[in-house]
Amino acid sequence: MIELRQLCRDFLVGDQMVHALDHIDLDIAAGEYLSVMGPSGSGKSTLLNILGLLDKPSAGEYLLAGTATGSLREEQRAKLRRQHIGFVFQSYHLIPRLTARENIELPLVLAGEAPKTRRQKVDQLLERLDLSERAEHIPNQLSGGQRQRVAIGRAIITEPDLLLADEPTGNLDSRSGLEVITLLEELNAGGITLLVVTHDEDIGTRARRRLHMVDGKINRDWLSESKNDGGGS
Amino acid sequence: MRISDLITFNFRVIERQRARSLMLLIAIAIGVFAINLLTGIGEGGKQFVLGEFNLLGKNVLIIVPGKKETTGGMPPMTGETTRELTLRDAEALLRLPEISAVAPLIPGEMEISHGSLSREAFTMGTNRTFFAMRQLELAQGKVLPEIPMDQSAAVCVIGSKLRRELFGSRAVLGQWLRIGDTRFRVIGVLKDRGQSMGLDMNDAVLIPVASAQTVFNTEGLFRIFVELRSLQNLDTSRTRITELIKQRHEGEEDVTLITQDSLLSAFANVLDAMTLSVAGIAAISMLVAGVLTMNVSLIAVNQRTREIGLLKALGLPARTVRLIFLFEALMMALAGALAGLLLSQLLLFLAQRAYPTVPFGTPTWAMFGSVVIALLTALVFSAIPASQAAAMTPVDALQDKKAG
Ligand SMILES: Nc1ncnc2c1ncn2[C@@H]1O[C@H](COP(=O)(O)OP(=O)(O)O)[C@@H](O)[C@H]1O
Ligand SMILES: [Mg+2]
Repeated sequence: MIELRQLCRDFLVGDQMVHALDHIDLDIAAGEYLSVMGPSGSGKSTLLNILGLLDKPSAGEYLLAGTATGSLREEQRAKLRRQHIGFVFQSYHLIPRLTARENIELPLVLAGEAPKTRRQKVDQLLERLDLSERAEHIPNQLSGGQRQRVAIGRAIITEPDLLLADEPTGNLDSRSGLEVITLLEELNAGGITLLVVTHDEDIGTRARRRLHMVDGKINRDWLSESKNDGGGS
Repeated sequence: MRISDLITFNFRVIERQRARSLMLLIAIAIGVFAINLLTGIGEGGKQFVLGEFNLLGKNVLIIVPGKKETTGGMPPMTGETTRELTLRDAEALLRLPEISAVAPLIPGEMEISHGSLSREAFTMGTNRTFFAMRQLELAQGKVLPEIPMDQSAAVCVIGSKLRRELFGSRAVLGQWLRIGDTRFRVIGVLKDRGQSMGLDMNDAVLIPVASAQTVFNTEGLFRIFVELRSLQNLDTSRTRITELIKQRHEGEEDVTLITQDSLLSAFANVLDAMTLSVAGIAAISMLVAGVLTMNVSLIAVNQRTREIGLLKALGLPARTVRLIFLFEALMMALAGALAGLLLSQLLLFLAQRAYPTVPFGTPTWAMFGSVVIALLTALVFSAIPASQAAAMTPVDALQDKKAG
C-alpha cells in the first residue's frame, strides 16, 4: 500500500542543509504493524509526516495505494488524508474547548456528515474506547491516557486504512501507555495498517516489523520473532 | 462542512476572544448606526421640506426684510433690519406687470378667547390671496374678503383644531371671538391639514393684514409673498422687484428675495453636509472595524495555528480553512451591523414620536448599503489573515510552539 523510492527530505537550517530523510526505500503492505525506533533527530517524525501527507519530500517518490502523491494538489492531498489516514500525536492535539465527544466528532463535522449519523458513530466509538462516561468532559478534565484514547477515537472515526502514531505513549505512564498501545494493536488486528514511532523499547518490540533509523536512513528493517499477541511484556 | 456546523464551530472560537470580538462588533455597530440614523434624519428632513415647498408654488417669491450679504442662501434670521417692509411696498409690488398677486404676512402668538374658553394661538395677518398661494382649503364658510390691504375688517378664518377647542361641536360661522382686545367674527374654518412651513395651520387664526397691524401694534410686514405671472424671466423679475424696493427705501437694497430654488439649494447644502458627515463617520468606523477585524483574525490565526494544523491533518482543505476565518469575521460583522441597525431604528422611532410631522426613516438603500458595507469590510480585512491560515503547511502549523 505504501512505496517509497529514493525519498529525501532536506531542511535548510541557517546555511546548513540537514538531510532529515536520506534516500529512503520502503514498502509497506496493507494491514502491517510496524514500529519505528532510533535516536532523536534521526528522522522518524519527518518520515511519518511525509507518509501522512502532512509534508512533502524534497526528492524521490511516494506512492500511496498506487497513486504517485508528488503531483497531487493540496486539495487532493487533504482529501486523501481525510479519507485514508489517521494521526495520533504525542501531545494529543485535542481542541481544548471541545468535549471528548466533540473532539472525536470533529473529522465527521469537517467531512460534512449529518448530525444524526455523527452521533451514532461517536456513541459507538465512545463505548468501544471505554469513554462513554467521559464524553462530555473537556480535555483538561481527562487523564493523559484518556486524552490519547480520545485522540485515537478522532483518528479512527472516519475508518482510515492507515494509522500513523508519533510517540503515542510518550507522555503517558507505563500503564496508560500499555492501554493505548493495546488499543492500537486491536485496531491493527481489525485490518488497519499501523505505524508507531517510539522511543520505548518495550513498545517498539511489540511490533512484528521493526524499522530502526539513524541520520535519516533506515539502517535496520526486520521481522521480529516474538509475534505480537496483544498480551503484556 | 455544513453551514450550520460552520456557525457553531465559530461561536466556540468567538466565545474565547470575547473582549476583542466585542470591540469589533461595537465598531461595526457604530458605523452602521451612524449611516442609518443620519440618513434617516436627513431623509425625514428632506421629505418634510420638499413637502412644504410643493405647497408653495414654483412661481412664488418671498420677500424678507433685511439683506443677507452672500447671495442665494437662507434669509437672515436675526434682523438688523434697516427699514421695514410696509403695506405700501406690497401695493407697489402688485402694480408691477410681472406680478399677478401679492400676499403680506404679519404673524404672532396671541391670546384667543371665546366665552370663558381661551388659549394661545398663532395669528396671521394676511389677505385673500394668501389662501390660494398656500393652497389653504376651507371646510366651511368663506376665505378673507377681497378688500384693499390697508382696510381692516373684524373677520377671521380659524384652523380646525382651534375650532374644536373653542367651539366643540357647536356651529361656529358667525360666532365672535376675541383676539387680544379686538373682536372678530368667524367666517370660515380651514380644512384639517398638517403643518405648513413649520406652522400648524390647524391651530392658526387668519385675519386681514390691516387688522393684524392694530392687534400687534406694528406697521412692518414680516414677509411679502409675490406670485409671478410667468417663470420665464425670473432673473429680470427679481431685479425689477429689488429695484422697486430699493427706490422705495431711499436707495437701500435692504430686502432678500427667496425663491423655491434658492431655499431648496440652501437646504441641499445642509443635506450635502449631512451626507458628507455620514460618509465620514461611516468611513472612519468602518476603517476602525476593518483594522480590528484584521487584528482579531490575525490573533485568531496565531492562537489557533496548531488547531489549523490539526484541522488540516484531519483533511480539511485550505479552501475550508479560509472559509472558517472569513465566516467568523462575517458573523461578527453581521451581529454588529444588526445591532447598529436596530439601535438606529429605535432612535428614529423615538424621534418620530417626538416630531410626528417629520417623516423620519432610513431609506432602504442606506439600510442595505450599510449592512453590505459592514460585511464587505469584514470580508476584505479578514481576507489576509484567512489566506495566511489557509496557506500554512500542516506540519509547520502542528509544530508551532507558541500555542498551547
Ligand atoms: N521544520 C524543520 N525545520 C528544520 N529542521 C527540521 C525540521 N523538522 C525536522 N528537522 C530536522 O530534521 C531532523 C529530523 O527530525 P525529526 O524527524 O523530528 O527527528 P525525530 O522525530 O527522529 O526525533 C532533525 O535534525 C531536525 O532538526
Ligand atoms: Mg520525533
